[in-house]
Amino acid sequence: MSQALPAGQRGLSVARRVEVTGMRDALHAEWTKLRTVAGPAWLLAGTVVLTVAVSAAATAAVKCPSGTACPVDTTKLSLTGIESGQAVVAILAVLAISGEYSTGMIRTTLTAMPRRSAVLTAKAVLVAGLVLAAGALAVAGSVLAGRVILPGHGFTAARGFPLEFLADGPTLRAAVGSVLYLTLIALLSLGIATVVRDSAVAIGVVLGLLYLSPVILGALGGDPVWTHRLERYAPMNAGLTIQDTIGLRGLPISPWGGLGVLAAWAAAAMLAGGLVLRWRDA
Amino acid sequence: MTATITPHQPGQQTGRDGFAQVLRAEWTKFRTVRGWVIGTLVAVLVTAGIGLFAAGASSSSCQSTGGGPARTGQGCMTIPPVGPGGEAVSDNFYFVRQPLAGNGSITVRITSLTGLIPSGNGAVLGTRPGLVPWAKAGIIIKESTQPGSAYAAMMVTADHGVRMQDDYTNDTAGQPGAVSPASPRWLRLTRSGDTITGYDSSDGTSWTQVGTVHLAGLPPTVQAGLFAASPAYTAISENFGGGESGSIAPSQNTAVFDHLSRSGPWPGGAWTGDYMDAADGSGIGGYHQAGGRFTVTGSGDIAPAVPGQAADYGTTVTNHLVGTFAGLIAVIVVATIFITAEYRRGLIRITLAASPRRGRVLAAKAIVIGSVTFVAGLAAAAAAVIFGAQLASARGSYVYPAPWPTELRMVVGTGLLTAVAAVLALALGTVLRRSAAAVTLVIVAIVLPYLLGVASVLPVSASDWLLRITPAAAFAVQQATPQYPQVTALYSPSSGYFPLAPWAGLAVLCAYAALALGLAVVLLRRRDA
Repeated sequence: MSQALPAGQRGLSVARRVEVTGMRDALHAEWTKLRTVAGPAWLLAGTVVLTVAVSAAATAAVKCPSGTACPVDTTKLSLTGIESGQAVVAILAVLAISGEYSTGMIRTTLTAMPRRSAVLTAKAVLVAGLVLAAGALAVAGSVLAGRVILPGHGFTAARGFPLEFLADGPTLRAAVGSVLYLTLIALLSLGIATVVRDSAVAIGVVLGLLYLSPVILGALGGDPVWTHRLERYAPMNAGLTIQDTIGLRGLPISPWGGLGVLAAWAAAAMLAGGLVLRWRDA
Repeated sequence: MTATITPHQPGQQTGRDGFAQVLRAEWTKFRTVRGWVIGTLVAVLVTAGIGLFAAGASSSSCQSTGGGPARTGQGCMTIPPVGPGGEAVSDNFYFVRQPLAGNGSITVRITSLTGLIPSGNGAVLGTRPGLVPWAKAGIIIKESTQPGSAYAAMMVTADHGVRMQDDYTNDTAGQPGAVSPASPRWLRLTRSGDTITGYDSSDGTSWTQVGTVHLAGLPPTVQAGLFAASPAYTAISENFGGGESGSIAPSQNTAVFDHLSRSGPWPGGAWTGDYMDAADGSGIGGYHQAGGRFTVTGSGDIAPAVPGQAADYGTTVTNHLVGTFAGLIAVIVVATIFITAEYRRGLIRITLAASPRRGRVLAAKAIVIGSVTFVAGLAAAAAAVIFGAQLASARGSYVYPAPWPTELRMVVGTGLLTAVAAVLALALGTVLRRSAAAVTLVIVAIVLPYLLGVASVLPVSASDWLLRITPAAAFAVQQATPQYPQVTALYSPSSGYFPLAPWAGLAVLCAYAALALGLAVVLLRRRDA
């Protein structure tokens, strides 16, 4: 609201002006906050490093000896690191809002920016943008590591494994989808953290929501009803179907459908966060 | 927090009393913060609740799980009998027997062991000559013909030489090498009360004692005679998608016995041959007697029944403890905040001013959070194990029975696992001072290796490696069935077998916690609060 407007326009477009500059200012303020502390940069770097490292380690651990059929989804294998990278993304997103609650900064923020939805939107846009960029680097690094490692382990193009990675339709979908997956995890975490406020509790809820379903799936002893439900509707299981490139007919949910389920979780969390932020005292 | 500011009392010893006061201060802090108490209760509830959910959701034994072995055309599985040690056993073999009414012995020579194994994949009867590694035949003294009853046996095996086995789980090696007409094997079992001694010999004159076993409560009259059993043919191949898979089909073996001699009271006049059939009516077997020569054919096994085997009956008690993961997350959050909240609120400065010996403060915190979470984990695991078994049996699903010491180890181990994870979280919270980073680090270090090791495309060697060196190794305390060398099964993390022994696995987590605690003490002393 620093722009000085001619006196005649001030009365006419005050609502619109507040909205436009409010959002822009909110973005600017949130960007300054993220930019000027060391944490977010380290966490983004950590996301990239951890994702690529775990992907490369998992890829290096699997070998396909000649003469055997290896029903391995090499694309999914080379993107294994997303399962660990998402935890770092969750920290980043949780701290974007919980950090303000723990220091009391949130009261300053909301005093300066009384439209609380604008604050949350600005945080969501910035966190999503940063994670999108870091996720793209992480996925590119993972795919590259896979491409370097896989042929030496028997997964050659001659045996039908897709090495023209990003030119291959399903592989491109898995790679782009994995970047979107990380972004949606960030939004899910931001929404939950806005509701929960405390960073430790928020990160516990987020990681529980993500990691528990695959663990529980393993203990169900093959109960068909609950296995199907968890595979279709749990955020991590459903969301990671975007990485599947083989056996697509046997998937419990289609790849984009699975990512859609995660998007619904993220949207619900953001909506809950927005409403709670609006109605509750800071 | 008035309890931390205790006026100095002259004449009081500062040593022990000082620590007791610090301990009491930390306990007061814990118990008076509502969120922490609620968090601990949540840990108990989710551990037990999710465990009971898994117990209730597991499929009943009447449902065939996809991809498993063919089940000889029957809808409902009959459940395996329970052995003397409380574990599930297979007790199927061909038995040529007579009652033995008192002390006595039986001696026999085996000149050949041959068999048939499947020629291709699928559950078709064997047609190709060959033996499975643990095809066995020999002499046995058995409490009764009841499935699961106690026994002791001397046997020759296909690939593992002469063995003495008793009560399903015990296995002692005798003379090595395979049996053939050129190198026959002599076997002897002597019974004296409830003590049975096994001997082997290669010539029938010089005997070597293989082992002595006590079968408690052996009745005066027992069943004794010749037997043959051949476990299902299991071809284990590495599979990408969480471990190994095997093609499984029945096999059979035939042994030739002669020079049968007995001592003691054998009131029966003639030999009876029948198939000891615990599970189903598909047993293969028969015998033929010509002069002093017996030819016995059999199939099946006298051994523990474990998950990952040909007949995979159901789930284990481990599945009822899956809620531990959820409980751990809650406990890790509480334990981390137990220290990071002090930094956030500035309380740490008061705490350290009140008790300047900083190592003691951390020790007190570790004791408080460790004890509380141990009790929480113990209670939750006990509830999950006790009520989970009831729920599963009410739902008609089969759970492999575990002997009570094993169940006790699993429950106490879960309590310790929870406590040690809490101490690790406390230590990392002290090191990092940031709750989000510490919580994530501990959760990811414990849960992610487990997830990658148990349910991923990683080969078994990589999974084993992960579950050996990461904090997730501690879940070995929840392993329900041990690996038996004498039972061929798919022993992989995905079927519930950990690479480390139960307490060794927990020790790995303890080492991480000790390391983190040591680092925390050093940093707490060196850094300004």
